[in-house]
Amino acid sequence: MAEAAIRAGCRAYFGYPITPQNEILEYMAGHIPAVGGAFIQAESEIAAINMCYGASAAGVRTMTSSSSPGISLKMEGISYLAGADLPCVIINVARGGPGLGNIAPAQGDYFQATKGGGHGDYRMIVLGPATIAEAIELVMLAFDLADKYRVPVMVLSDGMLGQMMEPIMLPEPVDPTLLPAKPWALSGARGRDPNVVTSYFIDPGDLNRINTQRQSRYHQIEENEIRYRETETSDATIIIVAYGAVARIARTVVVMARSQGIKLGLVQPITLWPFPYAPLRALSSQVNTILTVEMSAGQMVEDVRLAVADRAKTPFYGELGGLVPTPKDILREVKRNVS
Amino acid sequence: MDNMVKVFERPRSLTDAQFSYCPGCHHGLVTRIIAHTIDELGIQDRAVVVTPVGCSVIMYEWFRCDGIQAAHGRACAVATGIKRVNPNLIVFTYQGDGDLAAIGTAESIHAANRGENITVVFINNQIYGMTGGQMAPTTVVGQRTTSCPNGRNAQIAGYPIRFAEVIAQLDAPVYVTRQALYDQKRIMAASRAIKKAFQCQVEGRGYSLVEILTNCPTNWRMSPVEANSHLMNEVIRTFPLGDFVDRD
Repeated sequence: MAEAAIRAGCRAYFGYPITPQNEILEYMAGHIPAVGGAFIQAESEIAAINMCYGASAAGVRTMTSSSSPGISLKMEGISYLAGADLPCVIINVARGGPGLGNIAPAQGDYFQATKGGGHGDYRMIVLGPATIAEAIELVMLAFDLADKYRVPVMVLSDGMLGQMMEPIMLPEPVDPTLLPAKPWALSGARGRDPNVVTSYFIDPGDLNRINTQRQSRYHQIEENEIRYRETETSDATIIIVAYGAVARIARTVVVMARSQGIKLGLVQPITLWPFPYAPLRALSSQVNTILTVEMSAGQMVEDVRLAVADRAKTPFYGELGGLVPTPKDILREVKRNVS
Repeated sequence: MDNMVKVFERPRSLTDAQFSYCPGCHHGLVTRIIAHTIDELGIQDRAVVVTPVGCSVIMYEWFRCDGIQAAHGRACAVATGIKRVNPNLIVFTYQGDGDLAAIGTAESIHAANRGENITVVFINNQIYGMTGGQMAPTTVVGQRTTSCPNGRNAQIAGYPIRFAEVIAQLDAPVYVTRQALYDQKRIMAASRAIKKAFQCQVEGRGYSLVEILTNCPTNWRMSPVEANSHLMNEVIRTFPLGDFVDRD
């Protein structure tokens, strides 16, 4: 993911050590200076996200990464990034929580990532990779979307993806000097009026106008950027909805179930915000059951139920505390819901 | 009238926008001195002001240079991010005592410790101004505020932090000084200090901090004249003036 960021043209990385994502910090320490980028091991996650705020305002593709407790600390900064319309990529290699929790894979940060987390009326694009190849593709996409819409974008990974190895094809590097210009960036007021980056608008009318404009940008994102992957859904009578590492496990479950004559399909939301409500709504009149599986007590399932309403049954199966469900566990839940 | 010479004018680096400071407050003086310094050094088209949370939050409307508003306490981290990706810019923060020495202590110390090539202007008025006069980390022992109505009690609230001295303990900073503005002589000295701090950055020498003892007549419940006397007679006993670091 770190190499993908550099290939996406990222030239500023600021982070703080936290397991299970130290590999990103360590990789960046050696590799981003080698391409002329800025690297600082910051004094805290708060400082790191604020360094991102500064570097992004200066017009450079910028990233930070952390894991759940550290992401909580970044929430203030993410709200400011959103409020000042600054692009930035944030990787969360999520772990068990709440509190210090543990360092095992978990998906308990879905609400925080997709429903706010920081204060104020803002949205953040959230991308959920299920494999290393997807993680690389989505990190590249994250930088493009962040710049296009001037929003923070989170890649919501987990401790399983963060600690695994698999062969991948790396994409061709982007030349950051060839990226679209950012006329709003702080570059010195030479031959132009001063540029100001702020989220502060004391007049309620002004803040209302700015926030309304931002909301219309969010609507554009909802219209243009929803991404998801369907597997074996065309004749399915039961569908699993899962993202991230669980989606990867569920792919195996689809094969196992099909070999036993169960018409199981899978929907993997790739954009967790904006969430693929419409495709799920469309599928909900075709199937009997939509089973949501998460490594949480049930967070994304609320979005699934919003999409499906009462058109199909919407059971939930979750593992907590950093436990990863096995294909057998999930198949058992599938069978319980078919019978 | 043809032989009249203009000897005093608005610095070119200030816009026409009106300051929102209270009458008699030293903030206006410091803002003007910084603008004058930017003019003198010819860096208006490279300067970036990082504004704090507090009475000077909209400072970017007053300077004719690029500006960015930072979350409370985070100005030094924001300045670090800007400067590291564009070292040609002249980046300075302008922060109060709550911003720099309470909520932003970590960011302030570590930027100094890394020797970031930035300039920090630290406004020490011993009180939280914009929120209505609460106790600051720099409030002197015995001083009454809305959150220590009987005066700061060191047994409960500890002692005022001498931040310039804290920063002076670090190896990296090149210029650390404490100045005041209560009379003309001090204003001239503070102006020289601010210019020197910006020069350090222009010459690529590293981190500098100018702490300035300022007044807050509104929240001190004093006239500007009384406030200046209080600074001169009382406050400097807690916060001695002078240079703490001046490395060549």
